[in-house]
Amino acid sequence: MVMKNDHQDILHDTIIVDYQPITDTIFNIGLQFTDENIHRAYQFLPGQFNMLYLFGIGEVAISIVSDPTHDDLYYHTIRRVGRVTTGLSQLKKGDHIGVRGPFGRGWPLSQISGKDILIITGGLGCAPSVSMIHYIMNRREQFGKLMILQGVKHSNDLIYQSYYEKWATAPNTEVLVTADKTTTNWPWYSGLITELIKKINFDPETTICLMCGPEPMFLAAVQLLIERNLPEQSIYMSMERNMQCAIGHCGHCQFGGKFVCKDGPIFCYPDIKDLLGKKGF
Amino acid sequence: MSMKMEFNNQEYYFLPHVKINALLDYLHHQGFSCIGPQIKQDAIVYEELHDSEQLPWGLRDYQMPGQYRLEENNVKRAFSWANGPQAIKPQLFKPKESLWRVARDSHGKLTFKNVTHEMKPIALFGVRSCDVAGMLIQDKAFLTEPFVDKHYQARRENVFVIAVNCGYSSNNCFCVSTNTGPQVKAGYDIALTEIDDGFVVTVGSAAGEALINKISLKHATDEMQQAMQREINNAATMQSKAMPFDNTRVVRDLLMNNLDHPQWDDVAARCLSCGNCTSVCPTCFCSSETETPALDRIESEHSREWDSCFTEGHSYIHGKVIRDDTKSRYKQWLTHKLATWWDQFDTSGCVGCGRCVTWCPVGIDITAEVAAIAKPAVDDSASE
Ligand SMILES: Cc1cc2nc3c(=O)[nH]c(=O)nc-3n(C[C@H](O)[C@H](O)[C@H](O)COP(=O)(O)OP(=O)(O)OC[C@H]3O[C@@H](n4cnc5c(N)ncnc54)[C@H](O)[C@@H]3O)c2cc1C
Ligand code: SF4
Ligand code: SF4
Ligand code: FES
Repeated sequence: MVMKNDHQDILHDTIIVDYQPITDTIFNIGLQFTDENIHRAYQFLPGQFNMLYLFGIGEVAISIVSDPTHDDLYYHTIRRVGRVTTGLSQLKKGDHIGVRGPFGRGWPLSQISGKDILIITGGLGCAPSVSMIHYIMNRREQFGKLMILQGVKHSNDLIYQSYYEKWATAPNTEVLVTADKTTTNWPWYSGLITELIKKINFDPETTICLMCGPEPMFLAAVQLLIERNLPEQSIYMSMERNMQCAIGHCGHCQFGGKFVCKDGPIFCYPDIKDLLGKKGF
Repeated sequence: MSMKMEFNNQEYYFLPHVKINALLDYLHHQGFSCIGPQIKQDAIVYEELHDSEQLPWGLRDYQMPGQYRLEENNVKRAFSWANGPQAIKPQLFKPKESLWRVARDSHGKLTFKNVTHEMKPIALFGVRSCDVAGMLIQDKAFLTEPFVDKHYQARRENVFVIAVNCGYSSNNCFCVSTNTGPQVKAGYDIALTEIDDGFVVTVGSAAGEALINKISLKHATDEMQQAMQREINNAATMQSKAMPFDNTRVVRDLLMNNLDHPQWDDVAARCLSCGNCTSVCPTCFCSSETETPALDRIESEHSREWDSCFTEGHSYIHGKVIRDDTKSRYKQWLTHKLATWWDQFDTSGCVGCGRCVTWCPVGIDITAEVAAIAKPAVDDSASE
């Protein structure tokens, strides 16, 4: 990682070079550091996140969706939910925001290369999953079978529909999408994402599961996967907690003894299973 | 200073009360600003200390769960009390401080500048063993590579610690069971033990030794050393409170194995979720960040402020509050302090100062809560 000593508490100016609305509430921004040297040196891994700073308002934790070998811009997919993200959604090309990062531990790339990969995502625009899918697609030969399971509440919610269609045609790749509520021309499944898990065939010896979404989904999915003999240590998930500092100081992101910001946000299931789903943690 | 090296000087010196000012003068001369105990609003607080007259002479604190009272005891001593609501923590980890500033030019470009702290080094005069232990624990939170907090570090690196061993323990002290007092073991430059007419002094660092030499302290007599031991023994033996299982990892496992214990409901019914316990605790380190834009919208300042796991905002993420009731907040406080702290920093987060017990408006006693959870569940079923 670059900017070793500085990246933690020094922000850098970036310029919004690309802005794409995806839905009413979700948008992509492509950023470039205004300092060329910083832009060139900036490195990250799929699953890591940045703290994005909106002038006069504050900072938020946002995952990086680009491929780590990006050469011009790198992207964030942001959902407008509150103060900072609403402000970010109102920006346009040419505006500036501050960035510090990258932070946290990304997906365990060295443990998963050569494996079959099962990606389970619940909800919208889950950036950590998307970044991993892009990563695999760009290096398709380094991985075995790829299974992409995506669940959304309503079929209208699915963003990047064309991506899913394209991914489905990639070699040795299976894409299953489901919505709790569907409209008539919906080409995929309806029902809960856990139903999709029952539909796929995977080899528990060679498969690694990567998950992103709500914690109740993790619990339900883990149970189904373990019933089908997937070892616990082959399951990883991306966690979310309130974040203020991103460097283990502010205490907000604690999950039991773990700091989600620096020990995560990606965790191997056995490392967090004791408290996963426990009220209050 | 005190964090830099192991130091070995086993000598005992004597600092007569009348020489306290010589010590303060020396430190002032060395460029330190001295911070020491004094009375404000009926409690002992740590503020700028210029003269030994400011010390809380002849006063004793009486502490009970939810109670704190100072009374004159007419003893000519400056340290015949145990502690007050705060000591070291606010000096090194500021209740509120600016982290960085940002300026926006006419094109919208942002220029960030970290706030640096140009301040006099601090000499802490008269800090208790539990508080020094608390500081060493906060060091782990703020100074562990690769994430070093430069703001804490700037103050911590230059701090000079004059510890005071205790001769008296309050009703709420339990540092014997947490192995953090009443005698200071590490993290100090010099340590004092008050006896009649002055202090027996031991040395913990080269800087401490230089100070002893500079103000020409004589060696303490054998009698003085014996008196020192009597004082410390007195403080140790008068403690009536104790953390169960000596505050070890056994407490960690006990709590983490009893997350559904009925005691959590019991304490939740009493706790007001006010967060007093977290703000007086010498090891609590949570903070929130806030943004203060200047009116001209050209500059903005980013600060942090102490926060508490008892607030709703602490565990807020969009759409939900992870700890939305007092039960889960108290559980977070207790399990963090005594259990998951071990996972994070290889130590308990409690140094036995008793503050959370004293300053809790409803007198919740951390040791009693642990004891209630430790009480074998079979007790109940056996008696049925
Ligand atoms: C590791 C990580 C990666 C994330 N990646 C993305 C992403 O790629 N895209 C995206 O749209 N969102 C992502 N989020 C969620 C995003 O951080 C929140 O939606 C955002 O903080 C909400 O801020 P707000 O000011 O708009 O909302 P408000 O509701 O006004 O929140 C107020 C403040 O609470 C805190 N907060 C609220 N929700 C969260 C949250 N979920 N996580 C952390 N802090 C929160 C923030 O400090 C925020 O400023 C991620 C969160 C984490 C922890
Ligand atoms: S938990 Fe209570 S007794 Fe222990 S160090 Fe904190 S305030 Fe003191
Ligand atoms: S334990 Fe006491 S001090 Fe702590 S939040 Fe509850 S009522 Fe307040
Ligand atoms: S975000 Fe501050 S400790 Fe993790």
